Amino acid sequence: MNSLETRNLNKAFGKLVVADNVSLALPQGARHALIGPNGAGKTTLINLITGALRPDTGSVQLNGEDITSLLPDARVKRGLGRTFQINTLFPQLTPLESATMAICERDALSGHWLSPLAKHGAAIDEAYDLLGRVGLADAATKPTRDLAYGQQRLLEIALALASSPKVLLLDEPAAGVPKSESAALFEVIAGLPEDISVLFIEHDMNLVFSFATSITVLVQGAILTEGPPDQIAHDPQVREIYLGGAHHG
Amino acid sequence: MDPKSWIRAKARISPYEAIFWIAAAVIPFVFFENYLSLAASVAVTALFCISLDMILGYAGIISLGHAAFFGIGAYTAGILSARGWGEPISGLLLAAAVTAAVGYIVSFMIVRVQHLALLMITLGLSFLLAELAISFDQFTGGSDGLQGIDTWKLLGIWKFSLWGHTAYAYALATLFVLFLLARRIVHSPFGLTLEAIRENPVRTTALGAPNHAHLRKIFTIAAAFAGVAGALLAQISETVSPEALGFQRSAEIAVMLILGGTGRLYGAILGAIIFMIARDQISGFYLQYWYFWIGLILILVVLFLPRGILGGLERLARLGRRA
Repeated sequence: MNSLETRNLNKAFGKLVVADNVSLALPQGARHALIGPNGAGKTTLINLITGALRPDTGSVQLNGEDITSLLPDARVKRGLGRTFQINTLFPQLTPLESATMAICERDALSGHWLSPLAKHGAAIDEAYDLLGRVGLADAATKPTRDLAYGQQRLLEIALALASSPKVLLLDEPAAGVPKSESAALFEVIAGLPEDISVLFIEHDMNLVFSFATSITVLVQGAILTEGPPDQIAHDPQVREIYLGGAHHG
Repeated sequence: MDPKSWIRAKARISPYEAIFWIAAAVIPFVFFENYLSLAASVAVTALFCISLDMILGYAGIISLGHAAFFGIGAYTAGILSARGWGEPISGLLLAAAVTAAVGYIVSFMIVRVQHLALLMITLGLSFLLAELAISFDQFTGGSDGLQGIDTWKLLGIWKFSLWGHTAYAYALATLFVLFLLARRIVHSPFGLTLEAIRENPVRTTALGAPNHAHLRKIFTIAAAFAGVAGALLAQISETVSPEALGFQRSAEIAVMLILGGTGRLYGAILGAIIFMIARDQISGFYLQYWYFWIGLILILVVLFLPRGILGGLERLARLGRRA
C-alpha cells in the first residue's frame, strides 16, 4: 500500500489547466522530488493534496484511505503534514510556544481551556526536544519574528514534524536560504525520520539530487516523466525543457 | 534551560498584580468614598473590556458590535428584576447563560468572515439589536429605558445604597473572579491555540487545528463575560436604556482596549480606568471637548505606542532594567 497516492487529478481555473490527469504514488519512506519550471503546477498539486483546493475530478489517497472529500485540518489529523514555500509562522510566538501548540493540537489538548499550559509538561518537553533536533534549542524562547531567515525555515520543518506526519510535503524548503545557512537545513532534511514519506518541491538541484530517490517532472500541469535521479538527469526531454533551459527560477 | 519553567514563568502571578488588586480593593473605599459609584462603573467597564480583549487581543476577532452582548446581559438581568426576581447573583448567571447562547449562535456567522466584513457584521448586529430593544417596549421600556428594576440585598445581607459601597464591592468581586477565569483561559493550551490562530490561521489549519471551532468557543465565552458586565450595570444602576447595546458603547470599549494595550488583560483594565476617570474629570467642565481629547490621545497612542499604554510601560521597564 502506498503512503500517498493521487489518482487522475484534474483541476482547471476556467480555461487554464493547472492539473492534468496527475497520478503520483509514494511508497512508505519515499524521498520523492517534484520538479518543473515555474507555473508547472507544483504548488497547485500540493494544494490539491492538502485540501486547500478541490480537484475537478480524481482522488487523493492517504495510507489507502480516500481523503478527497476531507477538510484540510482533518487530513492533517490523519497524518499529512506540510511546510510552506513562504514562511507561514507565528511571528509573535516563540518557537517553543509554536511547537507546543502544534503538539497540543495533535494530542487533542488544544480544547483544554481551564488547565494551565505548564501542566502539560510532556507536550512542552517534546516540543523542546524537537527544536533541539533541528538546531533551534538556543532560539526556542525568542519571538519567531526575531529569528534569522534560515532559522525560520528550520522552524517551518519543525512545526510540520510536530504534528507527527506519516507523509510530509515540503514546498521549496530551501527557498531563499543564504549559502551560509543552507548546510544546517540540508542536514535536517537528510535526517528526517526514515518511515516518513516525503514529497518535496525544490528548485535547488543540489538538494534534489542528493535526497530524492525518485523524481517527477511536471510541465503545464501534466507529468512529463518520472524516474530515478540519474535517468531524469540524462533524459533529453527534461534537459531540453527544464535543466538545460535558459530559465528555471 | 528547562522549557517547562519558561512556560510556567510566563503565567506566574507577579507581585505587581497582587499590589494592583489590593489597591483596587482598598483605595476607593478609603480615599475616594465620594467616587464609589464611578469606581463601580469602572469595574463593570473593565470586565466588558476584558471580554473584548479575549476575542480581539487573543483570538484576533475584530468587533465593532460587542456592546450587543453587554446590552443583552443588561436587559436579561434588568427584565428579570423588573418582573419580580431581584436576586443579583442568579441574575448574573442567567445573563451569562443567555448571552452565551446568543453568542454561540452568532459565532457561526462571525467565524466565516474577516476584516471589513467582520466589522460590518458585528456593527449590523448591534444596530439590529438596538432597534429591537426600542420596538419591544412592553419588555424593554423602549427608548425611555427599562424601569422598575429592584436589586435585592447582596447575599441577603448588603443593601445597594446610593453611596455605592455594596455596588463597588460587588462589581470588583465579580471582576476579580472573572479576571482569574480569563487569566486561566489565556494561559491554557486553548489560549495558546487562539494566539496561534490570530498570528497565522493558515498555519494552524496546516497543523490540524479546527480554527472555526476554536474561535466559536472563545466568542461564546467572551459573549458571556460581556453579558455579565451588562447585567452588573443593570443591577447597580437599576436602569437599562437602549444605549447599553449601541454603537457608541462598542466603539468606546474598543478605544479603551487599544489605549490600554491588547492581548494582555491588564491593558483592558488600565484602558477602562484611564478612559472612565478621564471622562469623569474632563467632562465636568468641558463636556463638549471630551471627544477632542480622546481622539487626540487615541491617535498619539496608536502612532507612538502601538502596543498600548501598558505595552509602552513594559518597554520602559525593560529599558530601565537594562540601563
